Amino acid sequence: MSIEVENIHKQFGSFIALNDVTLSIPSGELVALLGPSGSGKTTLLRIIAGLERTDSGRILFNGEDTTERHVRERKVGFVFQHYALFKHMTVFDNVAFGLNVRPRSNRPAKPEISAKVMELLRLVQLECLAHRYPSQLSGGQRQRIALARALAVEPQVLLLDEPFGALDAQVRAELRRWLRKLHDELHITSVFVTHDQEEALEVADRIVVMNKGRIEQAGTPDLVYDHPANPFVLNFLGNVNLFHGRLSQPGVGQHESNENVVSYVRSHDIEIERSPLDSTALKAEIRHIQKLGPSVRVTLAIDGTGEFIEAELTRDVFQNLGLQHDEQVYVRPRQVRVFVEDYQI
Amino acid sequence: MSAPATTYAGKTNANHRITEPALVRWGLTAVALVFLALFLVLPLAAVFSQAFEKGLGVYLAALKEPDALSSVKLTLITAAVTVPLNLVFGVTAAWAIAKFTFPGKNLLITLIDLPFSVSPVISGLIFVLLFGRQGWLGPWLDAHDTKIVFAVPGIILATVFVTFPFIARELIPLMESQGRDEEEAALVLGASGLQTFFRVTLPNIKWGIIYGVILCNARAMGEFGAVSVVSGHIRGSTNTVPLHVEILYNEYNYTAAFAVASLLAFLALITLAVKTVAEWKVRQQLGD
Repeated sequence: MSIEVENIHKQFGSFIALNDVTLSIPSGELVALLGPSGSGKTTLLRIIAGLERTDSGRILFNGEDTTERHVRERKVGFVFQHYALFKHMTVFDNVAFGLNVRPRSNRPAKPEISAKVMELLRLVQLECLAHRYPSQLSGGQRQRIALARALAVEPQVLLLDEPFGALDAQVRAELRRWLRKLHDELHITSVFVTHDQEEALEVADRIVVMNKGRIEQAGTPDLVYDHPANPFVLNFLGNVNLFHGRLSQPGVGQHESNENVVSYVRSHDIEIERSPLDSTALKAEIRHIQKLGPSVRVTLAIDGTGEFIEAELTRDVFQNLGLQHDEQVYVRPRQVRVFVEDYQI
Repeated sequence: MSAPATTYAGKTNANHRITEPALVRWGLTAVALVFLALFLVLPLAAVFSQAFEKGLGVYLAALKEPDALSSVKLTLITAAVTVPLNLVFGVTAAWAIAKFTFPGKNLLITLIDLPFSVSPVISGLIFVLLFGRQGWLGPWLDAHDTKIVFAVPGIILATVFVTFPFIARELIPLMESQGRDEEEAALVLGASGLQTFFRVTLPNIKWGIIYGVILCNARAMGEFGAVSVVSGHIRGSTNTVPLHVEILYNEYNYTAAFAVASLLAFLALITLAVKTVAEWKVRQQLGD
């Protein structure tokens, strides 16, 4: 089912959580709402679910206006960051809850509910835990049960609020791969909120980058990563270095020469050389070396300006160069993006 | 050979670093125990020893006396009306305050606390001023042949007022700490408001409710000040157990006074026991 978000505006007191947000989510896609905390991504998700009211604007499911529809009748599945499992019920009863609370007229018979629950527990690979209580499960298991519970009511839309936020790094990586696989099997329109760019890039079909209640850019992971619309998106998706400068000649469009510009280079787009291959290389001194598993982060001070930049190298490259502290080297940006205010040249 | 010795020495050192010398530890424990004995165990023992001073026969006779029985009956009726009323009120108020935001929320919290900050005697007087013969509603009640002050309804009203905050005050922090996630999850799954309340909210606060009910009940049965003002002390008719104890005591009938008082002491012990279990269970519910 497709979701249309039209001109949503939401304010908490004087704080504007969402500022005229419009977004269209095609049926069957897995979409990530990505942004820093306070960017409005969770508020947008809760408005889509019906857990929060909008001040103005509309939400459409499959072209049908659902803005005024009660959360009960929206047929969405919602997965909470802290699982929100019913503590006093077994795993089985948790998953069965959505079916058990249906009015008698369309509530499935007991054996049917039981079969459905066991099928879902098999789907999340936890059928052996049916009679445990949530407190007896690990974080990853709890989140899988929460997902099974959300799927039990056969939702047309699945909404996940930072679903892996409370889990440790390894379980998180495992679960997001599993979520991607599950989505490929079920093809249910899904929206998940995250502040982890890696998670969004790995799992989502489309990424919606949000900041301060607005959408900065929406598109495929390749699009937002390779062609960021503005410095914020570029900054948020990976480490970048800033070079301040001026345009030396009139550029594209109406930009005048001498206008202040900022160039951005991702840290892994910076090459370090022992001798300058051409005139674009800058002289720099190594100030700090930090080894991070498979990669090495080198902090350098640019000669003359004293500006610090960070370069990320693979361990192999680092060892071949044999870099040392306080050494003079040359750095060359592989790919530079130049922005004047918010326009890319 | 030396390795275990080092470990052992290391351990004792660590213990020394975080505790006080034995003298201080035992001294403090002794002070606490003496205090406990002086102010809790001794009075309780005194109540029972006075009650049984002249033997079990006299003790039972004092309890079987018609005025005593009537006071027990009135106390039970008062508690039986008060506790359910405050239970419904307390759960509703706590639910509204902990799970929703609305204008006037802080005012409501302050109002709930009012009976805690007002002297019980004043609470009693309020009802006399409202419903007494010279009170605001007195003439109207007289015309309709209804008696509230110096009658059972007055006693119940005063008790309800005094025990108003107990259940709500117990539940608000518990429900606030549990948050709204589970309720929201239930709503998204299609549960109605009532289903959410009975299947999700209520089981989560079960032990908090029991804890609040026990405290409310103990206070309802033991309330003296407010009830004393509105009761009129009519023997065999508007005397509750605490009032009856006072009357017997003032008549120098110590054995009977302590015999009836021992009923309240029993109530206190049972309350304490249930309260301990409930507190432990509440902590478990919060812990998960």
